[in-house]
Amino acid sequence: MAVKVIIPTPLRVYAGKQESVEVQAKTVAEALAALTGTFGDLKKHLFSDDGRLRSFVNVYVNDEDIRYLQKDQTQVREGDTISIVPSIAGGSRI
Amino acid sequence: MVTKVGVPEASAKANPAATLSKEEVMRYSRHLIMPEVGMDGQLKLKAAKVLCIGTGGLGAPLGLYLAAAGVGRIGLVDFDVVDSTNLQRQVLFGTSDVGRPKITAAADRLRNLNPDIQIDTFETHLSSENALILKDYDIVVDGTDNFPTRYLVNDACVILGKPNVYGSIFRFEGQITIFGYPDGPCYRCLYPEPPPPGLVPSCAEGGVLGVLPGIVGTIQAAETLKLIIGKGDPLVGRLLLFDALAMKFRELKLRKNPDCPVCGTHPTQTKLIDYAEFCGIRGEEAPVAATNVPEITPRELKTRLDRGDDLYILDVREPHEYQICNLNGHLIPLGELSRRVHELDSSREIVAHCRSGKRSADAVQFLQKAGFRKIWNLKGGILAWSDEVDPAVPKY
Repeated sequence: MAVKVIIPTPLRVYAGKQESVEVQAKTVAEALAALTGTFGDLKKHLFSDDGRLRSFVNVYVNDEDIRYLQKDQTQVREGDTISIVPSIAGGSRI
Repeated sequence: MVTKVGVPEASAKANPAATLSKEEVMRYSRHLIMPEVGMDGQLKLKAAKVLCIGTGGLGAPLGLYLAAAGVGRIGLVDFDVVDSTNLQRQVLFGTSDVGRPKITAAADRLRNLNPDIQIDTFETHLSSENALILKDYDIVVDGTDNFPTRYLVNDACVILGKPNVYGSIFRFEGQITIFGYPDGPCYRCLYPEPPPPGLVPSCAEGGVLGVLPGIVGTIQAAETLKLIIGKGDPLVGRLLLFDALAMKFRELKLRKNPDCPVCGTHPTQTKLIDYAEFCGIRGEEAPVAATNVPEITPRELKTRLDRGDDLYILDVREPHEYQICNLNGHLIPLGELSRRVHELDSSREIVAHCRSGKRSADAVQFLQKAGFRKIWNLKGGILAWSDEVDPAVPKY
């Protein structure tokens, strides 16, 4: 299935400055693997060393948080949009 | 199930004799003639008490529009001082305010806009010790700029039962939602943990389109006013994402996490904690992602260069930063380093630098892992070079 993955601004520098990337996948896990396969530097920003999605990064399929679906086994359909939404705080150096 | 509730009725009832003076009727006439606000709504605004945490990029439009709308009592929390880099977006302040405490400049501006309202100022760093400031207000608006304070505000609002109108920005993107409703999610439902320091750039590092906090802060003001007058659909359980470059709004669903340690069905955290520790920041140390990296100070570098040493200067900043000022280094932005490492000669002595020394510390760590042995990080970056060696180099 061709799905669009929207790259959030703070991570675009690691994804060739693109705001979205199209990948072929059947589940969220496959989509993210395809994404980090192409853009290796993204991996450490999305996943911790034990391979789990970092807790300050949320992933949505269309408008639903995958934590309330089937997590990374959530299936995706043709034309779905996967959004990566990291926490941002603006402002100071901390 | 989200309950649509306005400001607790207690506020309006506590001041049952509240009316509008003739001048107020004139001032708020454009509200009064709208059925959605009307006299009832305006009186609710007059009785409302809103605490604005932060008077910077988000706080500026927020404070201005709440004061303009006639919110009867506005609390302002900020310990910072106006500096010239703020003026690109913090429109509460003018050039003549540079050097003044933000809280004083903000209060002056808002009192000038609306002398009829009460402005409370708290020139302090919000902390677990003084978070009870929130208690006297009906609604809290989070206009802060760092993770520890966001978690503190969130937890305090949940514990005290206050809605938290949240807005955050990065470069040209914003997020807005309302946390802290009894049936709604809180910040921790969305992000149980903060990013480790250094992993998510701040505005000072990533930059921000000046108008962006203006848009996001104004949306926060709109949501606050809606909560007070009890009209419209508030952003509870809804995360509004805004992209100023694409000029698009998107919306994602936010769900309350039943296992949330703060707002879940069985909360395990019912008190405020040490948020600096929670966010991995110890004391006043600048968080640097790479530690134990060999360093060279600007003065040492200057001495060696003047001596004619053959040093290769590697600049890991972005091209637009190079245009502002540079040390004639070889530019390889940090994000491209892994792909362009072959451009570097590991037999040469290399000094890596960036703006403040953080990105270049990452670069040095990466290059060490790639086998480079003669590599140093310029401590403090080009900012320190300007301070210690050549003041003609502009700081940004």
